[in-house]
Amino acid sequence: MEKANSLRIRVWRGGESGYWAEYALIARDNQTVLDVVTEIQRKHEPSLAYRFACRVGVCGSCAMTVNGQPRWTCRTHVKNVANDGQLTIEPLRNLPRIKDLVCDLEPFIDTWQRAGAIFQGRSSRSDPPQKVDPGSNPRKQADSALQCINCAVCYSACDVVHWNRRYLGPAALNRVWTLLNDERHSEQEKTFSKAFSRDGCSSCHSHGNCARFCPVELSPASSIAGLKGMAFSGSRSRLVNE
Amino acid sequence: MSEQALFVVQRISAAILAPMVLVHLGLILVAVEGGLSAEEILSRTRDNAGWALFYGLFVVSAAVHAPIGVRNILREWTRLGWKAIDGLAMVTCILLLVLGMSAVIAVF
Repeated sequence: MEKANSLRIRVWRGGESGYWAEYALIARDNQTVLDVVTEIQRKHEPSLAYRFACRVGVCGSCAMTVNGQPRWTCRTHVKNVANDGQLTIEPLRNLPRIKDLVCDLEPFIDTWQRAGAIFQGRSSRSDPPQKVDPGSNPRKQADSALQCINCAVCYSACDVVHWNRRYLGPAALNRVWTLLNDERHSEQEKTFSKAFSRDGCSSCHSHGNCARFCPVELSPASSIAGLKGMAFSGSRSRLVNE
Repeated sequence: MSEQALFVVQRISAAILAPMVLVHLGLILVAVEGGLSAEEILSRTRDNAGWALFYGLFVVSAAVHAPIGVRNILREWTRLGWKAIDGLAMVTCILLLVLGMSAVIAVF
């Protein structure tokens, strides 16, 4: 009975080189992985570094690798991921480790810049808002790829990123897909050519780990498949106003 | 050649190769039924423009398709720069083209 009420937690301490620290905690009925990390920091290891902000699955700050899989820890219940009362918690894969559970997100953010995933409007602020038909096919396509919280879980889950750190990765390419389906975005050709640059969308192997682990259930893999399809049709033909 | 063009060319060459590989495998199964000898092979291929065209297209498609894949593998599994990778992919293309077309011409 005592075993059932206890958790054994292994937490990565250090940067690129470091060690596993082990903690024993009391298992509670309702606790998330973030709750566990917070308890360790407050009661056992005040110097433990980790990131979080909203604690309700909106900000995308608290992603970590839990028992070998990338997770948003604030919405991941321990009872769903613990393996016989054991949890192994480490920083996200594919990103440089700064300290303990904190990784450097710069390479991830950099992919958004390199992918051309930046909205460029057609009108000025003095113009009336441009109308977008919610029933149009491009709008529906964009809709299915919106609501990314930039948590980098997909980037961490992606094997192609693991093999080739210059690959733009699922999050940035998913964002590009929304822009190429946004008739308000003026730089369609520029964004498309950046997405199809070296180490761009054609590097994707369609493994689908991004879709499997995305906490908000987006499918970057489908967005990238859409981008690949544009290689044949071109981006220009999709939008009425181009 | 742009990444987009390479992607399109690789997909088109794959679409060409897919049915050709099936025909090729079928041919192997049929050909060995009657024993496999130089005379038997040459009797089928000598002055046969159909088979020469079939395998000519096969070789060209493979020589286009495979080096693009090799390029991706080198990018993912080695630390080589693009210049070296593109060079090795081109060498693979030329090698497949020369060896393949030599074989097609030799049995025609």
